[in-house]
Amino acid sequence: METSRLTRLSEFTWRIEPHDAMRVPVVIYADVELIRSMDDKVYEQAKNVAALPGIVGSCYAMPDAHWGYGFPIGGVAAFDAEEGGIVSAGGVGFDISCGVRTLCTGLRREDIEPHKEQLADALYRRVPVGVGSTGNVHLDDAGMKAMLVRGAEWAVEQGFGRREDLERIEEHGRVPGALPTEVSTQAKKRQRHEMGTLGSGNHYLEVQEVARIHDTRTATAFGIEVGDVVVSIHCGSRGLGHQIGTEFLRRMGQAASEYGIKLPDRELACAPINSTVGQSYLGAMRAAINCALANRQIITHLAREVFAELLPAAKLDLIYDVSHNTCKLEDHIVDGQRRRLYVHRKGATRAFGPGHPELPEEFRDLGQPVLIGGSMGTASHILAGNVESERLSFASACHGAGRSMSRRQATKLWRGRQVVDELAERGIIVRSPSPRGVAEEAPGAYKDVNAVVEAASRAGLARKVAELRPMLCIKG
Amino acid sequence: MVAVTKSRSAFGWEHFPHVADIGVRGWGKTIDEAFEQAAIALTEVICDLAKVQPVQQVHIHCEAPDHEILLVDWLNSLIYEMATRRVLFSRFEVGITGCTLKAVAWGEVIDRKRHQPAVETKGATYTALRVAKDANGTWVAQCIVDV
Repeated sequence: METSRLTRLSEFTWRIEPHDAMRVPVVIYADVELIRSMDDKVYEQAKNVAALPGIVGSCYAMPDAHWGYGFPIGGVAAFDAEEGGIVSAGGVGFDISCGVRTLCTGLRREDIEPHKEQLADALYRRVPVGVGSTGNVHLDDAGMKAMLVRGAEWAVEQGFGRREDLERIEEHGRVPGALPTEVSTQAKKRQRHEMGTLGSGNHYLEVQEVARIHDTRTATAFGIEVGDVVVSIHCGSRGLGHQIGTEFLRRMGQAASEYGIKLPDRELACAPINSTVGQSYLGAMRAAINCALANRQIITHLAREVFAELLPAAKLDLIYDVSHNTCKLEDHIVDGQRRRLYVHRKGATRAFGPGHPELPEEFRDLGQPVLIGGSMGTASHILAGNVESERLSFASACHGAGRSMSRRQATKLWRGRQVVDELAERGIIVRSPSPRGVAEEAPGAYKDVNAVVEAASRAGLARKVAELRPMLCIKG
Repeated sequence: MVAVTKSRSAFGWEHFPHVADIGVRGWGKTIDEAFEQAAIALTEVICDLAKVQPVQQVHIHCEAPDHEILLVDWLNSLIYEMATRRVLFSRFEVGITGCTLKAVAWGEVIDRKRHQPAVETKGATYTALRVAKDANGTWVAQCIVDV
C-alpha cells in the first residue's frame, strides 16, 4: 500500500479520509514497513466496510491486516442496530470464533525437556488433528443443542475441564443469544463427529516456553515467569462454523439487495441487524462461538490427560481464551456517549483495558490477556489491553502474523520433511500427519509476528507482557 | 506469482495464488467441463488426485440465481460431502441446464496414510469468482477457496 494514499496521524497511526461512499474514516495501525507490505486490497476492503450502513466511529485495520473476504482480515468495525446497522457473515469469517487459549503447566523448561519426544507423541496420539480426523465425542440432537447453547459450560458439565476454567474465557465460556434452531441440519451434521478436533491449516497445539517477560506485574497476575512452560491451542468452530459461514454468505448476498443495501463487493454480504436474516445469523453465529469454546475446552481436557499421565506435577491452569473471528454486542464510549454496538472483529482480538467488568478479578486492574499466535516455529506473544484500547479501536488488537506468501509458493520453496528437520535442529519438535501441510505452513511463509506485535504495542492497542517460544507443535 | 498449470489443452485446471488461501480455476469447451475441472482443482488443494480411487459415487443437485453462485454452490456441496462422508473425490460428471446443476462425483473414504491430505477446505468464496465464456469460446470457472 502506498503511504501517499494515507494521512499520517502519528508514527503508528494512518487514516483514509472519508471519500466516495465512505461514512466514516478508516484508521490503520502499523509502522511504515507494515503499511508498505500491506496489500492494496486492504485499502479497498476497509474503504468498502466504512461505507456500510450504521457504521460507528471509524473502521479499523490492525497491523496484521491483509486481504480477506469482503472485510479485510485484521479488520474491526462497529455498527449501531438503531441506526440501520448491519451484521456481515464475511465480517466474521468462515471459521467463526477461531481463537487461542493458553494454559500454564506450572512446570519449568527443564522439567519438560527430557520428556519432550514422549510428550509430543502422546499429544499427537490423543488430540485428533488433520483432514478427516474425528473426535471421541459424538453428539446426538439433544447433545448438539446443549453444546450450541452452553458452549464451554456444557463441555465442563460433560467432564471436560474444570469449572474455574470458565472464568478465564470470554463471556465465561458461554455467549448468550445462541439459537440452535437457526443452525442448519447440514451445519450440525458437519459437526457431529468433529468435537474436540484441531483441524488443519494454521491451527495447532503448541507447548511453549516463556522466553521473555516485558511486564512483570502483569505476567505475575497471569501466572507466568521466564522459563515456565505453557500450552497454547489455536482452533475454531470446525465444520459447523464453516457451514454457517457458507450458508449465510449466500443468504446475505440476496438479502442485502432486498433491504436496499448496495454492495460494492459480493463478499461484503450483510443484512440489517434488525432484520430476519440478521437475527437468524446472529443466533447461528453465537451458537458457532459456543461450539468453538466447547471445542477448545475438550482439547484442553485431552492435553491435561496427556500431561497427567506423563508429567503428573503439571497443572495446566487456563490463563485465558480469546476468539478473533466474532461479532459481539458490547458497550463502547463514542464521542462521550455509551452505546450498545455490534463489533465485528475479523482476525482481531478483543483487548479490554484495565477495570473492565468482564475481566476476572485476578487481573481486572491490569487488562485482558491478548493471545497472539505465531506460526509454527516462531514466537507467540501475550499482550494486555490498555485503557486507551477502548478509544483507539473499540478495545481491539492484532491476532497473528498473517501469511506473506501463498501455500503453493511455500511448497515450491520447502519440503515438509526438511522443515521438520530444520525445526528439530532448533529444538522444536513437530508432529503432523501431512508433510505437504507442514511445507505450506513453513515459518518462512508468514510475516514477522514480532513486527506486528511491536506495532500494536507502540500504537497503544495493547502492551507486551510476554514472549513465548515453541518447544513442540502438533499441526494439522 | 506463477500459477500451477496442469494442462493448456481444451480443458484443464490450475491453482492461482491468494496470500492466505488458494484459487481454483477450471476451463473447458462447455460450462459443464469447466465445472468438472474446477472440482478437480478443489481436490488438488487437499491432495494428489491420482491417489484417490473413484469407487463410490455421490449425487449432487444445486440450483442458483446465476452461474457464479452455482459454481460456489457446487464446490460447497463437494466440501460438505467430503466433510460429512469423510471422502475425497477424483472424478466428476456435471450437467448444467440453465442455472440447475446435476452431478455425480466419484471418490473414496479418506485414508490418511495413503492420501496424505494437506489441508481442509472450509468453503468456496465469492472472491475472484468468475464463470464466463472467453473470446475463443472456452468456458472458465474460478473462485478462491478458504482453507
